[in-house]
Amino acid sequence: MADTETKAPETRPTEEVLAELQAQLSKHERGSARHKKLVIVAWGGDLDRVWPTFILGTTGAAMGMDTTIFFTFWGLFPLVKNEVRITGENWMQKMMSAMNRGGTDHLGLSKMNFAGAGPAMMKKLADEHHVASPQELLEVARDLGVKLVPCQMTMDLLGLTKDDLIDGIDPPAGATTMLMEAQEAVTFFI
Amino acid sequence: MSQAVTKSLDLKGLSCPLPIAKTAQAIRDLASGDLLEALATDPGSVPDFNAWCQNTGNELIEQTEEAGVFRFLIKKA
Repeated sequence: MADTETKAPETRPTEEVLAELQAQLSKHERGSARHKKLVIVAWGGDLDRVWPTFILGTTGAAMGMDTTIFFTFWGLFPLVKNEVRITGENWMQKMMSAMNRGGTDHLGLSKMNFAGAGPAMMKKLADEHHVASPQELLEVARDLGVKLVPCQMTMDLLGLTKDDLIDGIDPPAGATTMLMEAQEAVTFFI
Repeated sequence: MSQAVTKSLDLKGLSCPLPIAKTAQAIRDLASGDLLEALATDPGSVPDFNAWCQNTGNELIEQTEEAGVFRFLIKKA
């Protein structure tokens, strides 16, 4: 009984089978017990939230994690092109965009904003300490293959179109897509 | 016999996450078994490079410090 079961593999050289098994084992050891996926829900549009979002996103991708950032609510505004001024279809959406201008050049701080003086100081400090700007990190994220997914519902709610948003991002999606991605992933809500 | 460094990366002055992000970008162009040398001044890069190598499977074969510059020698998996 045992003889008939072991006969078939023995037609291949033992060394070859052993090498294959060792390769499979080392691949498994490297891949197991570690999260291989990272999902970040970017909810906040403040500079001090967008920054960690992109820091973690680029680092995850750099570590070989399959990384997705889902941009929703205020978090979607940083994906608006810097040169786009007013977005939206109706007066409410237009007013919202006027008071909360999109783009990585127009991010405010959640505290100590001082009508833009806070972010200006923060950017100066970042320059002095060679900390990459959110825009620079966004470009690294795209280069490392981070999936940047805008929330379809937020786009509808705010009247944002595909043309208002920067190029090179993924098609809009909903909560279901995000939760599917989040399975077996390490997740952050920022 | 020591293997020649395939590529050297100057990351001096850069803060987190750029040393690791730029290393990840640079190592893409290398072949398996090639050596990448990374020079950084960010003290956080010491634990970060160790963690990064552990997660990516690339091997950190040497780690030294001289006059505030950390040198990491990485063998691509």
